[in-house]
Amino acid sequence: MEIFGLYNYWVVVVLMMIGLYVVVASGNLIKKIVGLNIFQTSVFILYISIGKLKGGTAPILMEDPASYSNPLPHVLILTAIVVGVATTALGLALAVRIYGAYGTIEEDEIEEQESTT
Amino acid sequence: MNPAMAALLAVFLPLLGAVGIVLLDKHPNLRETVTLVTAAALFLVVYSLVPAVYSGHEPAAHLIELVPGLSLALRVEPLGLLFALIASGLWIVTSVYSIGYMRGNDESHQTRFYVCFAVALSATVGVAFAANMLTLFIFYELLTLSTYPLVAHKGTEEARRGGRVYLGLLLSTSIGFLLLAMVWTWYSAGTLDFVKGGILRDKLDPGLLPLLLALYLFGIGKAALMPFHRWLPAAMVAPTPVSALLHAVAVVKAGVFSVVKVTIYIFGTDLLRDTDATTFMMWIAAITLLAASLVAMTKDNLKARLAYSTVSQLAYVTLGAMLVNTTALIGAGMHIATHAFGKITLFFCAGAIYVATHKTEISDMNGLGRAMPITYGAMLIGALSIIGLPPLGGIWSKWYLAIGTLEAGQGIMLAVLLISSLLNVAYLLPIPIYGFFGKSSKQPNAAAINEAPLPIVIALVFTALGCMVLFFYPEPLYGLMALLFEGQ
Amino acid sequence: MPLLAGPVCLLLHHPRLSWGLATTASWIAFFIALTLLDQVLSNGTITYALGGWAAPWGIEYRIDEINAFVLLIVSGISAITLPFARTSIEYEINPRRIYILYTAWMLCLTGLLGITITGDVFNVFVFLEIASLSSYTLISLSRDPRSLTAAFRYLVMGTIGATFILIGIALLYIMTGTLNMMDLSQRIPAVADTRTVKMAFTFLIVGIGLKAALFPMHFWLPNAYAFAPSAVSALFAGTATKVAVYLLLRFFFTVFGPEFSFDVMQSDRVLLPLALVGVFAASTAAIVQSDVKRMLGYSSVAQIGYMVIGISLVSVLGVTAGILHLFNHALMKAALFVSLGCVVYRIGSTRLTDMAGVGRAMPWTMGAFVVGGLSLVGVPLTVGFISKWYLILAALEQQWWWLAVLVLVSSLLALIYIWRVVEFAYFKAPADPAREITEAPATLLIPTWLLILANVYFGIDTSLTVGVAERAAKLLMGTAS
Repeated sequence: MEIFGLYNYWVVVVLMMIGLYVVVASGNLIKKIVGLNIFQTSVFILYISIGKLKGGTAPILMEDPASYSNPLPHVLILTAIVVGVATTALGLALAVRIYGAYGTIEEDEIEEQESTT
Repeated sequence: MNPAMAALLAVFLPLLGAVGIVLLDKHPNLRETVTLVTAAALFLVVYSLVPAVYSGHEPAAHLIELVPGLSLALRVEPLGLLFALIASGLWIVTSVYSIGYMRGNDESHQTRFYVCFAVALSATVGVAFAANMLTLFIFYELLTLSTYPLVAHKGTEEARRGGRVYLGLLLSTSIGFLLLAMVWTWYSAGTLDFVKGGILRDKLDPGLLPLLLALYLFGIGKAALMPFHRWLPAAMVAPTPVSALLHAVAVVKAGVFSVVKVTIYIFGTDLLRDTDATTFMMWIAAITLLAASLVAMTKDNLKARLAYSTVSQLAYVTLGAMLVNTTALIGAGMHIATHAFGKITLFFCAGAIYVATHKTEISDMNGLGRAMPITYGAMLIGALSIIGLPPLGGIWSKWYLAIGTLEAGQGIMLAVLLISSLLNVAYLLPIPIYGFFGKSSKQPNAAAINEAPLPIVIALVFTALGCMVLFFYPEPLYGLMALLFEGQ
Repeated sequence: MPLLAGPVCLLLHHPRLSWGLATTASWIAFFIALTLLDQVLSNGTITYALGGWAAPWGIEYRIDEINAFVLLIVSGISAITLPFARTSIEYEINPRRIYILYTAWMLCLTGLLGITITGDVFNVFVFLEIASLSSYTLISLSRDPRSLTAAFRYLVMGTIGATFILIGIALLYIMTGTLNMMDLSQRIPAVADTRTVKMAFTFLIVGIGLKAALFPMHFWLPNAYAFAPSAVSALFAGTATKVAVYLLLRFFFTVFGPEFSFDVMQSDRVLLPLALVGVFAASTAAIVQSDVKRMLGYSSVAQIGYMVIGISLVSVLGVTAGILHLFNHALMKAALFVSLGCVVYRIGSTRLTDMAGVGRAMPWTMGAFVVGGLSLVGVPLTVGFISKWYLILAALEQQWWWLAVLVLVSSLLALIYIWRVVEFAYFKAPADPAREITEAPATLLIPTWLLILANVYFGIDTSLTVGVAERAAKLLMGTAS
């Protein structure tokens, strides 16, 4: 029961590992960014899970709700999502420019070119 | 003039001179006038301090506080004054000499040369007048850094290698050992001031004293104790005036001077005597003394031989300091002076020979004495003074050192001193002897060789006379040194 | 203030004007930092509740001795390097992109100042990301295509680091229900024994360590420094990693408290060996570099090691040494990078072999480099000496002889790599004697020498730096008892 009751946390951990693995193992810059995204998303889910209470409601325009989800982590994660989007955008932009400069986005090929120049 | 002001002025005067030299880059004559005037002024300023010190004062000047409790400060005491007098006095002579040498050899970057020289002198006076270990350390490092360009002056691969060894050894010993020793002292004693009788009594476990002493002595790499002596022969790639002033006088003497200073003012002679902390270092000094003499005998390059001779003579001073009794310390202090005169004469001669004939190997110099009688005459005097024969100044310091060994009950050390003097005879005397009497078969154009340019000859005659004067009038030296121990 | 200036720079779209604005903004920030420090020193901690919500619910800005000091460093370095940047940047990057650079610069400054000033851990994350994103941009703006890959690598590492920090913050929030640093420090002891808090601690330290380029998480740094425009390298060297070290201090001492950080987690036992190995490995790596900028990058990694050594001694003296070195290293590294900027401006390269003989052609520039280098080695009368002095003193206080000796030996490694440059610059004939190299223009030299003089000044008159560092260290250690 305990273990399945916390299934969302398990999802978080699995996603986190997948994300990190992709970042480390993939040589393709775009795939690295995808991995980074998965990694970040797992943390977002973690935050959302903290705040959610089963049967709770959003504490908006309500007088004295009986039980409600903690809004603070949700607000925080909005900020974090924005940051994540910005990071992804910048990463992709860099990848485009790298492609322009080297003609490839495979890390090993770039390294090869760098060592020859 | 206020003596404290004079002490400050003595440190800053050469720096002013350096600025003047830079500004007059394009006018060689004026530039060299500035060097000479600065040198003369420096000597006068230092000399003006003599009466104050003789009357028992110790003029002090406080510059700035670096870390709470630790400041840059100057204090003139007899030993420092003696050292500053020698350095500034010989700077005048060396300036005259280097003008002749640098022009005679058409060396490049002469402005850089004179500037570094002046800065080095400022650092030397700073070392001499330092009132605490930190100030001494700062000027010590400044001296190393300012002489590096002088050592690597020629810019050839060999000169740069020499410079690298020079800088590497001196900086690494000073940062690796000396700084550590200093911080340790500061941590245990809470002060770094030079105080008569030392600052370490009851502050440190007596068992650790020999370790700290070894850190200090090896840390002062300029004292050239084996195995940290390699920089001295390496530095001989420098132009001869540099070798002369810096490696017979300023740099190496700054080293042994610091050793004596540390012995007297940081540890205190009584403490060292009571704890027998010096035994190990005394043996190191004795080994250096003999080994360097032996190495010197095998060297054919004149400057290299002189360099090893210097290593050996420096060990005399260290040995004197390690014997920690009044007589030996007086001998050590006097040896700083007498060796300075003797060795600078020898270096001047080596330079003169190089300018006149471009020879550096002793075996090529047979018979040169007949062509250059004045140079070789001076060389003979210098050699005899270093060996310690009357009527030359060298005998006094060796005399006191020898008595010192007896007072300390170290018969073996007396033997070491005597053997080393015999070795001195063996490696120094042959040079002038072969110069005068050797066959000059290898020199088809012997007739073309003349004395070196006039400034060079004047300089070396002057220092040779200095050796003799020291024999007849050693009182000022002895007097200054004796002042150190008054009231103890 | 810089936050306002950022977007305006973008709108101005004009290199000179945006530069002027950025410079003014950072000088104003510098003066504000000065007055703040002054106020903090005389009146104690200042707090300011952002948006009118009182702490611990609202975001609180909180300034005490230590962050006022770091604020001063960050804004000061930015204020000095910006005048330098004008000429150097015009040479080094595409003119059409200059206004972007200043925009990013301002954002980066905002982020760094924000991290320092805030008293809220989530706010730290936000500002950290602002600073990081803008610094990726700054690095990628250089003309060298390799700067792109360097920036990308930095981006990947930086994002992972930031996400780690985010996880750490989340775990802390789960356990304590607060994000305010002061609140955290009061509530953590109650839950300190749980595994969650320990995990949070680990995540945070690793995340910050990545940002601070703590060995062995330093791989992004040398490349990033080497390929960024010179003025940007100077800014980063002086500020970015310093702020990360500040965060480390903050979390160790204020948020978790020294008892938890060092007694429970024993992080000093991990940090000290790592820092030592870092100092030696990075210094050795610096010795074999053929590019001077990269060499300085490695040297930065080594110097951060010194700061961490100071911190992990966990004594007032050690922390003082760490904070002092934070300040002093910012000064010397910035000075070294700007003097290299002068070299780049004239010869277009920082490869060691290309620098042969520049000492004679550019006496002032290389003079600055030599003084900065000596400061790095720790020669007396420079700031480097003062921090080494305190570090050794702190090591001796713990009776750790070997540490004092190792610190000294490692500074000899610094001597070797600095001296290689000096030798090339002064005693090697230029590779191409026909090429005329002249001294850098005054607009570059003046800021360079300002930094150098600061190096010497704070090496001689240490009352300000030592005094503040000591007070800050006492404050940090004092929160424990």
